[in-house]
Amino acid sequence: MSDIVLEIKDLSTHFFTDRGEVPAVEQVSIRVHKGEVVGIVGESGCGKSVTSLSIMQLVPNPPGKIVSGEINFKGENLALATEKRMKKIRGNEISMIFQEPMTSLNPLFTIGNQMIEAIRIHQKVSKKEAREKSIEMLKIVGIPRAEAIIDEYPHQLSGGMRQRIMIAMSMSCDPELLIADEPTTALDVTIQAQILELMRTLNHEKDTAILFITHDLGVVADICDRVVVMYSGQVVEEGTKREVLKDPKHPYSKGLIRSIPKLHGREEKLYSIPGTVPKPKMDRIGCRFAPRCEFAFERCFEENPQLYPTGEGRFSRCFLYDKSEGDKTIDAATNKEATIGG
Amino acid sequence: MQQQIKKPLLEVDGLKKYFPIKGGVFGRTVGEVKAVDGLSFTVYEGEILGIVGESGCGKSTTGKAILRLIEPSEGSVKFEDEEITSLGPVEMRKLRRDMQIIFQDPYASLNPRHTVEKIIGESLLIHGTTSKKERKSRVKQLLEVVGLSAYHASRYPHQFSGGQRQRIGIARALANNPKLIICDEPVSALDVSVQAQVLNLMEELRDAFNLTYVFIAHDLSVVKHISDRVGVMYLGRMVELTGKDELYNHPKHPYTQALLSAVPDPDPDIEKERIILKGDVPSPADPPAGCTFHTRCPMAMDICKQVKPEFLPIEDNHFVACHLYHSEQQNISNNNLVKEGEHE
Ligand SMILES: Nc1ncnc2c1ncn2[C@@H]1O[C@H](COP(=O)(O)OP(=O)(O)OP(=O)(O)O)[C@@H](O)[C@H]1O
Ligand SMILES: Nc1ncnc2c1ncn2[C@@H]1O[C@H](COP(=O)(O)OP(=O)(O)OP(=O)(O)O)[C@@H](O)[C@H]1O
Ligand code: SF4
Ligand code: SF4
Ligand SMILES: [Mg+2]
Ligand SMILES: [Mg+2]
Repeated sequence: MSDIVLEIKDLSTHFFTDRGEVPAVEQVSIRVHKGEVVGIVGESGCGKSVTSLSIMQLVPNPPGKIVSGEINFKGENLALATEKRMKKIRGNEISMIFQEPMTSLNPLFTIGNQMIEAIRIHQKVSKKEAREKSIEMLKIVGIPRAEAIIDEYPHQLSGGMRQRIMIAMSMSCDPELLIADEPTTALDVTIQAQILELMRTLNHEKDTAILFITHDLGVVADICDRVVVMYSGQVVEEGTKREVLKDPKHPYSKGLIRSIPKLHGREEKLYSIPGTVPKPKMDRIGCRFAPRCEFAFERCFEENPQLYPTGEGRFSRCFLYDKSEGDKTIDAATNKEATIGG
Repeated sequence: MQQQIKKPLLEVDGLKKYFPIKGGVFGRTVGEVKAVDGLSFTVYEGEILGIVGESGCGKSTTGKAILRLIEPSEGSVKFEDEEITSLGPVEMRKLRRDMQIIFQDPYASLNPRHTVEKIIGESLLIHGTTSKKERKSRVKQLLEVVGLSAYHASRYPHQFSGGQRQRIGIARALANNPKLIICDEPVSALDVSVQAQVLNLMEELRDAFNLTYVFIAHDLSVVKHISDRVGVMYLGRMVELTGKDELYNHPKHPYTQALLSAVPDPDPDIEKERIILKGDVPSPADPPAGCTFHTRCPMAMDICKQVKPEFLPIEDNHFVACHLYHSEQQNISNNNLVKEGEHE
């Protein structure tokens, strides 16, 4: 498709710490089309935030560095862009919202100051016009008494209101891509429902592409079109939300989905993946998931699998889907699966 | 839990905890945060009672006030028929053997400078296991019960993962064979794959040691999974309490309905009608008059702004605090009805 807004290609971002090199993101490739909502899911430390910071060239350096890969945004490789160029792109063509809005709002300035400044960095408008636009944006995101709130300080507002203001700010320049890193994780579910509704509306009305980072598969089901599952720095599965959530292929995605308690229906005992989430480290041999994987076989401990296609636009980083392994393994896996599933 | 005779283990009645708000130059009390504002419920022996509600609704304060880790402002807490709010420090310490608490943050609740052996051993020592040898063997036994190994005893908290640390917290809580464990968000800080392990462990332990849990969490799916009955809190009060299937399948209180509808379901095929509540939770320092939910309730009526709805049974074992379900007669009834209904 030609309407690709963002194409991350083989991105690797490492941290060079006192305790050695940490491959936080390894060869990650993700595409986002115009108007599409793509989710990145995975457990703590799997590299979701580092991926998003890499796109914006905001990885703290040192200790972090993009060691290889491309970040193509409308044909331009941002990995090679100057800081001057990035300043123009950030908040204008690509906006970002974070989990804790308080860290991205300046406590010393009113909401209005910050919004007006953000608008005027990128658009040639008068202060008065920028203020009017700000009030309009606040109303769009459902802030009551927008005319008054605009002159208040961030600490006078609730977490949900602050997040709505962040969304208003990030949308005020009509970005083509919005990166939202766990924008609702710190919020209560009733407030989360408001924010998701708002983001969906903006996505529909303005056709803004959204890269939505979350660890909550419920949120993925709610807002995403496509989803990428990450594990220990790598993409392990990719597909449409329905495909991944209803018919996961990678043993990790399978396990993850089965270990969530369900709100509907009833389960006697929860499925659980044994072991713990590993920290990324250098020179690992074999599949990152092998120590916890119930399907693991010899090869899994010797080689790191590539992403194998498992359908149209679907991939799984697992030897079970390597055609050269023959049907034997896949049969074994599906049989075992059937017994667990039933 | 069905038709057997249920024996109340913990009875909470009219529990309140107000925190003073200090202000001005002299630090005078200028107001109160009504963190818990009149809670009544009973926990039966062997059951898991879940308590859910959004941030700041008073869940943790409830847990701590029951154990008197903070002193309740008002109300009664009975444990095995004994009023505990008036117990002196010595008697209270004895009772703490039977009532334990597990916190959300396994990192913060374990002393980083002590080995696991010392952390668990200390709790044994406080409650009278004076022999060092006995403590040592009991620690090893406890570690195995929670799925760790005896050799972990000599390690320090930072050498464990989050899930393992929560297991240590559980081992410590189990040390003196308690009857009741108050679990305050025990799995909220854990990754999903590890959360499932800890939830399973807690269920196994309940069965193995005939424990009773008050399980506090904001995650409605987790609470549904583990609980027998579930209570929903809003602004320091309980608004609905009933068996879990009844609560999740037939929620009665408008807040419960909205809360359940707001939980995103990982199954993309489940279409549910979403009730989007307007506005934010009001401040517990200045809660709305009447029904505290009336500022956000899609069903609010005139009476809701003035009269606080009582927490009354509308069916067997189904308690709701909402004018939609109470006739006027019930509304003017006194507290006795609440108590009787609750204990039946
Ligand atoms: N400044 C840093 N220095 C060293 N290592 C870092 C730094 N920032 C991140 N990392 C490492 O990079 C890995 C990926 O971190 P990242 O923040 O992307 O995880 P995440 O998927 O966003 O997790 P979470 O769900 O907890 O937000 C982690 O192992 C982390 O320890
Ligand atoms: N020591 C204290 N002094 C003053 N106010 C307090 C104190 N402890 C709690 N509060 C207030 O009491 C209310 C209830 O707090 P509590 O911690 O019980 O909520 P919670 O339901 O456990 O929330 P969460 O889900 O965020 O843990 C909040 O408004 C909180 O700010
Ligand atoms: S490659 Fe092997 S270890 Fe890795 S997920 Fe597939 S079966 Fe499991
Ligand atoms: S009492 Fe009134 S305001 Fe309160 S929940 Fe019921 S209908 Fe809504
Ligand atoms: Mg992150
Ligand atoms: Mg709490």
